[in-house]
Amino acid sequence: MIRHQGAGPATEELVIEAREALRHRVRRRAIWVGDHFRREWQIYVLLAPTIIWFILFLYKPMYGLQIAFKDYSIFRGVAGSPWIGFEHFQTLFGNDQFLRAIKNTVIISFYSLLFGFPMPIILALMFNEVLQQAFKRTAQTIVYLPHFISSVIIAGIVITAFSPSAGIVNTVLGWFGVDSIYFLTKPEWFRPIFVGTGIWQEAGFQSIVYLAAIAGVNPSLYESAVVDGASRWQMMWKITLPSIMPTIIIMLIIRIGNMLEVSFEMIILLYQPATFETADVVNTFIYRQGIQGGQYDLAAAAGLFNAVVAFVLVMAANTIAKRYSRTSLW
Amino acid sequence: MTNMNLYSRGDRLFVIVNMMLIGIFAISTLYPFIYIASLSMSTGFEARAGRVILTPVGFTLEAYIRVLSEPLFWSSYKNTFIYTIGGTLMSLAFIIPGAYALSRPQLIGRRFWNLMVAFTMWFNAGLIPFFLNMRDLGLLDSYFGIIIGFAVNGFNIILLRNFFEGIPRSFEEAARMDGANEFQVLWKVYVPLSKPAIATVALFCIVSRWNGFFWAMVLLQDEEKIPLQVYLRHVIVELSDDEEFANTLLNATYSFETVSAAIIVCSIIPVLLIYPFIQKYFNKGILLGGVKE
Repeated sequence: MIRHQGAGPATEELVIEAREALRHRVRRRAIWVGDHFRREWQIYVLLAPTIIWFILFLYKPMYGLQIAFKDYSIFRGVAGSPWIGFEHFQTLFGNDQFLRAIKNTVIISFYSLLFGFPMPIILALMFNEVLQQAFKRTAQTIVYLPHFISSVIIAGIVITAFSPSAGIVNTVLGWFGVDSIYFLTKPEWFRPIFVGTGIWQEAGFQSIVYLAAIAGVNPSLYESAVVDGASRWQMMWKITLPSIMPTIIIMLIIRIGNMLEVSFEMIILLYQPATFETADVVNTFIYRQGIQGGQYDLAAAAGLFNAVVAFVLVMAANTIAKRYSRTSLW
Repeated sequence: MTNMNLYSRGDRLFVIVNMMLIGIFAISTLYPFIYIASLSMSTGFEARAGRVILTPVGFTLEAYIRVLSEPLFWSSYKNTFIYTIGGTLMSLAFIIPGAYALSRPQLIGRRFWNLMVAFTMWFNAGLIPFFLNMRDLGLLDSYFGIIIGFAVNGFNIILLRNFFEGIPRSFEEAARMDGANEFQVLWKVYVPLSKPAIATVALFCIVSRWNGFFWAMVLLQDEEKIPLQVYLRHVIVELSDDEEFANTLLNATYSFETVSAAIIVCSIIPVLLIYPFIQKYFNKGILLGGVKE
């Protein structure tokens, strides 16, 4: 405790009083906390397993991310391996395969966005114009289905359908006199096939969000439009589409925020060395270098780069969307 | 919009063209499944010659007999059931209590715990650290590793927490009067009131477990433990490049293509069986998923 010169007895008394009061408050707080845990311990028992799980399976790997800056060896472990700074990052940015993977990730995401984003909106608008409920339900049931089928099966269907010997695609091309093409070994065909498969699998399911937005459009808008003699085509363009525009913009922002999240599981299933040139993305690069090749530290550095860029994109998207809609995405 | 009967001729044309386009899209969604089903029931030679278009050519079930006589098919099918049922139960055992605790206003550090859960939705360490962590925990090549390692995710917890928060306090007051503790309030009041939300979360878990292949492929070396999807990948993706192997399978009754198709059909059937339930709850789930931090 510091005693200032010239402090009179009155000041000293005040200080003592203040300390007394503080001690009292701390004690009261301690008693309150003690009481709280005695009364509410059950909540903490319910919470504990989840928190422990998060620490053990999601936060502990974040601690393990430090190997991106280390010369990792299995025998020394995460903590024992020596630091080497940014060496892995330098290696990565001098590595043609990694740079190619970044380029492919961006290109594939861009194509998925360009062709895949409008499809569910168009579908939702079209579903909204169907008058026969039974037809609408049946069609919806069908187009949602591929979303629930595993990527292995989808890949299996793609491989079978595009197979050079028996595939339906080559059979049909054969009718027009086109020679059989082994599509999955052709780099120029990988992206169209991958993006097309993604649209086929997800467009229907993604339309649900827009259908929900359409369901929220005020019916009186349509009623007055009918009085004014508007056609259905006009109502779709002038009422439905503008009304769901906020949802469309939010979904667009989210999609851009998740740019880096190309479904690499599907790529692993469909690509082969012959198509790496156009198909290899950052996550498949990490998988090959790290899990298949055992270069854990280098692959972890690539993963860290990916995760940081993705985090920044998602946060930026969240902020922009929040500002746009005044409602949080999460 | 549905009960308007005042159309002009233009409107009628619009409605009809629209229905036709939707019909075309629905058919092109369905067609690949029909094609695979037909392929699986055709003879090997017809399949190889590319003569299967819509219906089976030279109907035979030999490909199925070939698939069902494979012991690995059965063990992987059994494993998938173990992972799906075990994993879903494990998920619910974590998620229900966790989401309930996070929804309680009296929880100290509630904002912190919630943020800790939500943060993992935006940032994760990535494939390699997760893999090394599983290895360090001794969870490679183990049933338990697959079941516990993917039990929880932030999205499901937050989805259920939001649902719990939406339940009015008055529902639990009677139970509190009778001296119920937290466990009893959760089990007797909140769980019964949240059946649709819990069913949604359970279906999310079931579907992702049934379909999951990547981590099972990475974490399991032992053939005895692999799930159906990994087995499928092995047969359809890896062996499809192997011309020689494909030729050994070729005979009058089945071929590599028809066998692949038959495995695909066998693994889709359970998904089709629970699809009506999925449809009922997922539409709600995706809207519940307007998750708040």
